[in-house]
Amino acid sequence: MVKFNRFTLDNGLRVIVHEDNTTPMAVLNILYDVGARDEDADQTGFAHLFEHLMFGGSVNIPSYDEPLQRVGGENNAFTSNDITNYYITLPSANIETAFWLESDRMLSLAFSEKSLEVQRNVVIEEFKQRYLNQPYGDVWLKLRPLVYKKHSYRWATIGKTIKHIEDARIEDVKAFFKKHYNPQNAIMVVGGDVNLEQVKQLAEKWFGSIPAGEKYHRNLPQEPEQHEERRETVTAKVPLNDVYIAFQMGARLDEDYYAVELLSDVLSRGHSSRLYRSLVQDKQIFSEVHAYITSSLDKGMFVLEGKPLENVSIEQAEAALWEELEKVKSEEIPADELTKVQNKTESTMVFSEMSLLDKAMNLASFELLGDADMLNQETEKYLAVTSGQIKEAANKIFRKDNSSTLIYLAEKAPVAETAFSELEN
Amino acid sequence: MTNIDRTLAPDFKAIDNITLLRPERQKLHNGCNVFCFNSGDQELVRIEWIFGNLRFKPAKPMLNMAVNTMLTEGTSTLNAAQIADKIDFYGAFLQVEYGYENSTVTLYSLNKHLHHTLPVILDLLTNSTFPEKELETFKRNQQQKLQVSLQKNDFIARRDFNKAVYGDTIYGLGATLDNYKSLQRDDLVAHYKEMYQPANCTIVIAGKIEPEALALITDTFDKNWVNGPTAADTTQPDIQPATELLYFTEKPDALQSAIRIGTPIINRNHPDFQQLQVLNTVFGGYFGSRLMANIREDKGYTYGIGSGLSSLKQGGAFFIATEVGADVCKAAVTEIEKELNLLKTELIPNEELALVRNYMLGSLLGSLENVFSHADKFKSIYFAGLDYDYYDRYAATVKSVDSAKLLELANKYFHFAQFYKVIVGKY
Repeated sequence: MVKFNRFTLDNGLRVIVHEDNTTPMAVLNILYDVGARDEDADQTGFAHLFEHLMFGGSVNIPSYDEPLQRVGGENNAFTSNDITNYYITLPSANIETAFWLESDRMLSLAFSEKSLEVQRNVVIEEFKQRYLNQPYGDVWLKLRPLVYKKHSYRWATIGKTIKHIEDARIEDVKAFFKKHYNPQNAIMVVGGDVNLEQVKQLAEKWFGSIPAGEKYHRNLPQEPEQHEERRETVTAKVPLNDVYIAFQMGARLDEDYYAVELLSDVLSRGHSSRLYRSLVQDKQIFSEVHAYITSSLDKGMFVLEGKPLENVSIEQAEAALWEELEKVKSEEIPADELTKVQNKTESTMVFSEMSLLDKAMNLASFELLGDADMLNQETEKYLAVTSGQIKEAANKIFRKDNSSTLIYLAEKAPVAETAFSELEN
Repeated sequence: MTNIDRTLAPDFKAIDNITLLRPERQKLHNGCNVFCFNSGDQELVRIEWIFGNLRFKPAKPMLNMAVNTMLTEGTSTLNAAQIADKIDFYGAFLQVEYGYENSTVTLYSLNKHLHHTLPVILDLLTNSTFPEKELETFKRNQQQKLQVSLQKNDFIARRDFNKAVYGDTIYGLGATLDNYKSLQRDDLVAHYKEMYQPANCTIVIAGKIEPEALALITDTFDKNWVNGPTAADTTQPDIQPATELLYFTEKPDALQSAIRIGTPIINRNHPDFQQLQVLNTVFGGYFGSRLMANIREDKGYTYGIGSGLSSLKQGGAFFIATEVGADVCKAAVTEIEKELNLLKTELIPNEELALVRNYMLGSLLGSLENVFSHADKFKSIYFAGLDYDYYDRYAATVKSVDSAKLLELANKYFHFAQFYKVIVGKY
């Protein structure tokens, strides 16, 4: 149970306060309701690039990181297809510094050309490091456009291509800020060694005078149902073949979401799960195999992934995955197995209460979904799922004509040898 | 509404009191030491069984790792599937973790299910059988994983660096496909029997622990668990660093090059260590560090760069690690050298040092998130043979060390020409 209070400022900023006096620390988490799905198709990667620019100084404060480090604080941020989330942890005695910094960059950025130029380069290096210079690193760049044809989920958070990042201009940055970064599009959670009155006073003092801005009304083309089998095969310099099968599934707020998540647990959570036991241990088809869902706010993905052993053909590997999917479609999960995944989910929820930052982020996410208190009803919803609902979900999702299969074929690269050399100093 | 001056930072307080929880200690009849941290509101517990690794054998280098990783693969009463089932059914988490010095079995469990989950752990620690079929699967899957890792430049750079700095020891080990292929069941069984004994085990418990739960744990792992005939040999060979300093692996198609540069250095037990931690933080130990400010935030050569100090029982290392655009690799190395030399020639400005002091103290405070973190702090000192005054000294050192001393340390320890330099990609 995560207790909290909440209030809204006149400018529309939603504030949630979670008091936890077992820690000497405080956390200030701000979720902006903007992600890669809100980008233009010819300007992808922008939400994430923008996240980097949020650290390049704001209108009254030239450096974001320095003053925070000076008071013993740390911060970071992440961008997803749905949201952009920023957080600070610091000794609670210095909580006001967090309000000062976060309110100034919500008010306005410095929009420095130098910062844009450097962060373009940093993000391009991030693009290379995480997506291009790693074996299988480009999988999401290939899989998303296979699964999505209309929705903006068809590109990854990092963007479709480095070109889009190179092309970002300061006017685009300003327009993006104006459109998305205002109190009405944000949810702030303050947690830890704080109290409600203090947070109310600080929120009013630092955020109260920020203009409300214009409310962004999202109107994205939704992804039509898929009715044809899709497939792509790529040959790449990877050491092993790799099979991905992705299915369209419902959105995070759909009623059957909980059944679908438990279905992915039955298939792939831990060493007692079906795919591991059957395909890694017993039949020895894969060296590793996983199933997971994307928990997206719009129509999501249910993904299976496995690296077949070297003596196993791609056809055998795919057939083995489908065989397991057919089982969950035709037979209900036994009661014990359902209890097992439900127990695991229940204890995961309890363990997540050990982390202040996790609690703050969860409260913000659920408030975005409609009500922070949904966090406290989650466990019940998982426990209420029946075997019949899981079977129904499996039948709805695991159809050949709802599948997108991506195959990596290994083009064996020679194993590099380390050489002594005349490296210059 | 009152007008506020947004250009002025709010007042802040320096961090004074950092209080660490200390454990209750008891020694079981079989020689196993138990440390218990009782705190928290959630009805759950983390229990770790920590074993000292056996002496490294260059001819059979993988045994410590293989035995630890395969502990969940079957006992004389439960097969791998049954072990996983039992743990998962009670919503518990079972992890095995192989480290340089110790190997650990960790159980996360709700208190109400401890009487179901503890017997499974006892079974792993006393009756593991390392079945042939599971061993073959392990060998094959590990080789596949290794093949993927060997395609990653930063993985190769780390391996080559450790090999150079730590030589033929458990710290310098870079596994090969052949190392996995040559694993033999008999060797695993013998290794297991010698290593996984109560006298070579430390149990660390953290969570909301009622006296009954503690009694259940100590009962289970005292009466039913006895030492074998041979004590575990946990001594380790001395480190012999390589004489060659430069390692370059060329990858003609690389978009980025992985760089790892560094040197053997003192560890936690040396009086200079904590001061060196301050120097390292200034240089590359936090987001606002000099390396980040110059090479990422000013030049845009990389997504990230940092430096670190590894403190090991037998030794230690100082290193700089990054992945940079292949076309700017040479320039990045030049900048790293330049920043290192600045530490030796110019005093760190007071303002920068003040920031780093506060950052480090805040970071220590922030790292004490819950009872698990307090137990982790304890492990760091306990296994290094240190006491809690280590943390008191840490806070005092961070507050007091001055720029002149840091300049002196930089000159004492940092000699770029004698650093090991590893580059994977293009140069």
